[in-house]
Amino acid sequence: MSDKQNFSEKDKPAASPQRGRGPMGGGHMGMMKAEKAKNFKGTMRRLLSYLAEYKLTLFFVLIFAIASTIFMIIGPKTLGKATTALFEGVMAKIAGTGTVDFLYIGKIILFVLIIYAGSSLFSFIMGWIMARVSADITYRFRRDVSLKINEIPFNYYDNTTHGETLSRITNDIDTINQTLSQSLTQIITSIVSIVGVLIMMFSIDWRMTLIALAILPLSMVLVTFIVKKSQKYFKQQQEFLGHINGHVEEMFSGHMVMKAFNGEQKSIDTFEESNKTLFSSAWKSQFLSGMMMPLMRFVGNLGYVAVVIMGGWLVIKRIITIGEVQAFIQYVNNFTQPITQIANISNVLQRTAAAAERVFEFLDVEGEIAETKTPVKLDSVEGFVEFKNVHFGYNPNEPIINNFSAKAKPGQKIAIVGPTGAGKTTMVKLLMRFYDVNSGAIMVDGHNIQEFTRADLRRNFGMVLQDTWLYNGTIRDNISYGNPDASEEEIIKAAEAAHADHFIRTLPEGYDMVLNEETSNISQGQRQLLTIARAILADPKLLILDEATSSVDTRTEILIQKAMDNLMSSRTSFVIAHRLSTIKNADLILVMNEGDIVEQGTHVELLKKDGFYADLYNSQFETVAS
Amino acid sequence: MLKLFKYLKPYTFSILVCTALLFLQANMDLTLPDYMSRIVNTGVQQNGIDSAVPVAIRQTEMKNLELFFGDKEKQEILDAYTLLEPGTGDAVPLELVYPALKNEALYILSEGAETDAFEIVFSRAFSAVAGITQMASGTGKSSGGPGMPDLSMIPEGSDFFSILSTMPEEQRSQILAMISSKVGQIDEIILTQGALRLVNAEYQAIGMDTGKMQSRYIINMGAMMLLFTLISILANIIAGLLASRSAAGMAQTVRSDIFNKVEHFSGEEFDKFSTASLITRTTNDVTQVQLVIFMMLRMVIYAPILGVGGVIRALGKAPSMAWIIGLAVLALLGLITIVFIIATPKFKSIQRLIDRLNLVTRENLSGLMVVRAFNRQKFEEKRFDKANKDLTGVNLYVTRVMVIMMPAMMLIMNLLSVAIIWVGAHQVAESSMQVGDMMAFLQYAMQIVMSFLMLSMIFIFLPRAAVSGTRISEVLETEPTISDPENPEDLPSKVRGRIEFKDVSFTYPGAEENALSGINFIAEPGKTTAIIGSTGSGKSTILNLIPRFYDITGGVILLDGQDIRKIRQKDLRSQIGYVPQKVTLFSGTIESNLKYADENASEETLRQSAEIAQAMEFISSKPEGLNTPIAQGGQNISGGQKQRLSIARALVKKAPVYIFDDSFSALDFKTDAALRKAMKEKTGDSTLIIVAQRVSTIMKAEQIIVLDEGGIVGKGTHGELLKSCEAYSEIAYSQLSMEELS
Repeated sequence: MSDKQNFSEKDKPAASPQRGRGPMGGGHMGMMKAEKAKNFKGTMRRLLSYLAEYKLTLFFVLIFAIASTIFMIIGPKTLGKATTALFEGVMAKIAGTGTVDFLYIGKIILFVLIIYAGSSLFSFIMGWIMARVSADITYRFRRDVSLKINEIPFNYYDNTTHGETLSRITNDIDTINQTLSQSLTQIITSIVSIVGVLIMMFSIDWRMTLIALAILPLSMVLVTFIVKKSQKYFKQQQEFLGHINGHVEEMFSGHMVMKAFNGEQKSIDTFEESNKTLFSSAWKSQFLSGMMMPLMRFVGNLGYVAVVIMGGWLVIKRIITIGEVQAFIQYVNNFTQPITQIANISNVLQRTAAAAERVFEFLDVEGEIAETKTPVKLDSVEGFVEFKNVHFGYNPNEPIINNFSAKAKPGQKIAIVGPTGAGKTTMVKLLMRFYDVNSGAIMVDGHNIQEFTRADLRRNFGMVLQDTWLYNGTIRDNISYGNPDASEEEIIKAAEAAHADHFIRTLPEGYDMVLNEETSNISQGQRQLLTIARAILADPKLLILDEATSSVDTRTEILIQKAMDNLMSSRTSFVIAHRLSTIKNADLILVMNEGDIVEQGTHVELLKKDGFYADLYNSQFETVAS
Repeated sequence: MLKLFKYLKPYTFSILVCTALLFLQANMDLTLPDYMSRIVNTGVQQNGIDSAVPVAIRQTEMKNLELFFGDKEKQEILDAYTLLEPGTGDAVPLELVYPALKNEALYILSEGAETDAFEIVFSRAFSAVAGITQMASGTGKSSGGPGMPDLSMIPEGSDFFSILSTMPEEQRSQILAMISSKVGQIDEIILTQGALRLVNAEYQAIGMDTGKMQSRYIINMGAMMLLFTLISILANIIAGLLASRSAAGMAQTVRSDIFNKVEHFSGEEFDKFSTASLITRTTNDVTQVQLVIFMMLRMVIYAPILGVGGVIRALGKAPSMAWIIGLAVLALLGLITIVFIIATPKFKSIQRLIDRLNLVTRENLSGLMVVRAFNRQKFEEKRFDKANKDLTGVNLYVTRVMVIMMPAMMLIMNLLSVAIIWVGAHQVAESSMQVGDMMAFLQYAMQIVMSFLMLSMIFIFLPRAAVSGTRISEVLETEPTISDPENPEDLPSKVRGRIEFKDVSFTYPGAEENALSGINFIAEPGKTTAIIGSTGSGKSTILNLIPRFYDITGGVILLDGQDIRKIRQKDLRSQIGYVPQKVTLFSGTIESNLKYADENASEETLRQSAEIAQAMEFISSKPEGLNTPIAQGGQNISGGQKQRLSIARALVKKAPVYIFDDSFSALDFKTDAALRKAMKEKTGDSTLIIVAQRVSTIMKAEQIIVLDEGGIVGKGTHGELLKSCEAYSEIAYSQLSMEELS
């Protein structure tokens, strides 16, 4: 994940503004730039369809949410009655005409206790259920994405980085999870709160309610103003933070080069430049977003004071009671909170829609071309391979392989040579059907490879690539990756054939040693040997291997070559060749340049031809022979 | 973390002002409930009358009160008032305010008179007079007034006060003393409240507009509240301004200091911290600290002020209820602690499980070909599902802990307010408190609880920032191991480029064994010295010692006979054209990258260097030529092209010494050969030191050094070494066939 993503993660708005009349000195209001989904409605509808199967559960959640909120709203007004009773009792006592009715007050208090407890209980049940629902849905989303990963054709990944796909599984699905577990119930409770509080306020006094409502437009204007202003600086801040991070990343990872070319001062100058700009946008954005809370509180206090004045006057006029004023003050406080929440929710929904859209986009990627309905089943493959007028391009509009034909008999060795970046692995990808040819056909034992199921076809190929992919498991598990049912004996035999047995036994736990996450607790060369053992154990009739063994020490390199020679014997093999000995002994050499196969033939034939291959060969022979 | 506070020093003044402002703000915020309670107590309950000392009183009434004044007090009180007779010049203009002045004499309180001392005197007197009047007028027939003497012997309907004045002195003072002592036993609050009602009655008797006085009182108080709110917000905004500027300013300085520091780090420090970690320390960690400093400047300062202020004021209102707040705070802290104890380990494991999920996914993605080649999709899905289930489970657990916490907190807060009302109600009934005070107390309680919650919030953020702070300090406290000598030697204006290693040894910091030992060789100008050996034999290490990326631990390296440690790093490095193993290009254009070696290089030099590096061909094929943009890390061009640009860049320097660290392996044989040929021709006089993997690359070198396990095992030409050096021939035979070697 990039650092930028980390930042946005941390700057998410604090999910729940504090309740009540809290002085919120340093409220760091989130000022995320609202990401916009391309198709908000459609995405939301589809997201809701995921919720459809929890209809009944959600119905209960709704009931609990409403009940909890209503109970919470009844509280202040009821409690206000106790205050009123007390106030009147005291007044009567001073006037000498009565006393405080504690029985009545006690009853009210008991009732309020019960509804508060009930409200908390319901809110708890609601959260409990909702946590399960959102966990379920999150789990399903992740599972669906993971299943999809293995269904999507390779060309999708040509244009998408792994980071992007990873980010869908973690960040995007996480966003959805948060919305489901928090914001969804928040929408319900906020709406119920607003409506409920309004009703309670009107039931106390319409004049005071109007005053309280008059505050709203003011706060709206203030909020939009601040959000607009601070968003500008927030964006700037993110941008300059990006610049700084980019520069730091670039300079630190190129530290030696920077030093070698005496670039310290230049680099520091660039940094200070960005750092200065960052400072000015950073404090402004922090200041403005930090101003949100106090301003909202100011508006709230305006309402508070207005209500107290108005309420006091109304009490004198005996229109309302003192307890109602007390309740009203609490309602005014409770009123602004759900409104801020609702205002924030549109942002949350936008962000959720954007996240969900990315997840759906991934889930909607078309899978590989469907398998044939009538697959060919071969008991044993001989190893004939034929390319018949193959045309191919990663992008159909840009064909790179044009009308290629060639034949390989069982046991033959086909070398693929060419300069770096000539597209040597393309042949591998076509043979394994990671990509399908545009036209023409590749035949194995006389059958078009598209007539096999992919699994059957690939079962017949062994593959050893330069990229030594192993996973975070034991060495044994890694060797038996291609043949999970292999016996211990077979595994050891394969390791022996791959010249890996010896080094495995010198490792701390031998075959049971767990490779670490970067599989860096064994060397590159040892990794290569393990991939060879893995291919040997799978015992394929056809073999694809990449000889490149750069950054492997010489002794291991010799072992690897011996292991590869073991592997190649009696198998039809396609070798991305780097060794002259392999090339010279090959039954067929395919010479590639810029994606296409430019020449084919044996070493002798190709030299005679005096073309690209001869050129390539001579250029190094010249130095070698001196 | 603490060490970083010194960065706040330049902002001491700002922070002090900020603290003062927050103090002001807290005080203003805490004043609001007090004013609300005044509105309730005085404005509503006492009709807006806040003093038992009346501003106006009828002469007749004053006479009655006088009976209960002490002699000294009596004189002082009468001095504070002016007696106005009806119809006199002074009285007429005041008739509008005091209608009774038309008919009778009134005492009017002089403006600015000091009345505080009279409060209790008037309260007692009013109560005494009222008690007597009440009983005497028959409403108190039962004679059950609050501790009044039995006055039933007084004939019905007669004026007690006129009787009293006619009584003999001794009897009169006895009765008065008895009444006074009874009144003295009455609780002061109820005494005052009663007196205020009587004052109100007196005002009404005078005919003053008491309704208007009441509204005016409420509006005045309201206006004060508005004023305080305004001051509070202004204080808050300015405090916010200062806090954000201080935090951002501090972050700027810290960031700049780290960056400067790191730019002067040698390879050793980079190995110690790792590049990725240094990047996070300079970026994320600083941002983290900035955020927390900002929060600290506001919350950590504000919360205790508010909390302590709240406690003081709450105690002022009702010390007897303090235990309720204490209990609530304890309950909340207990709840938070329990939740943290339960949730913290789970939070940690969540991070672990997310990492696991990421790992499994990343493995699946990076191994797409292998997974599909071996048909192990199902296996990968199972692995993912396990990670997914684990994560979902713990996530659900943590969410549910939080689900318990929120309603529980609400419940505690609600219980707190209910408890205050219940206990408060009793105290109000017992007259030890007023209703408005109880309401204010409720709000203080909430403010105190809030300040505790705020503080506990900080404790969530603090540990994370502390980690960041420590990581930053670590960098700042690290001194680069390689620095310029105090009295550096100058290099001659023309450097030949002869490099000599004299018995050089080198140990990586913390390593037990030498990475290099006993290295002796001379690289002559105009000649190529090649270094070959298996991985880990120390080839690159030798190269890194020449530009002093690391300093040798033994022996000496000489450039034209001068110890390289006695020269300025800058001077040394300007003599060396370096091509690293891992190609590093910077974002910009091809031209800006080439010019990185020499800003003043001419276009001609650039082209020539690119030509030698075999890069001109692909540069010309780009529509924008030398101005072709290069993305960060050079991602928009191929590996071979990057390598060629990297070589060209070094050549632009026209240095006397060139070092190539395995720089040819990304090139195909053909380019490799052409490049070496061109180099030989154009860089004729320079010293060339090359590390290589391919024997074919170095076969022609004048001197080949074979390394094995940090030591030199062979030195000579290709032909010599084939015969004499086993390690060399082993490498050579593994790469080349017999005939090629011949």
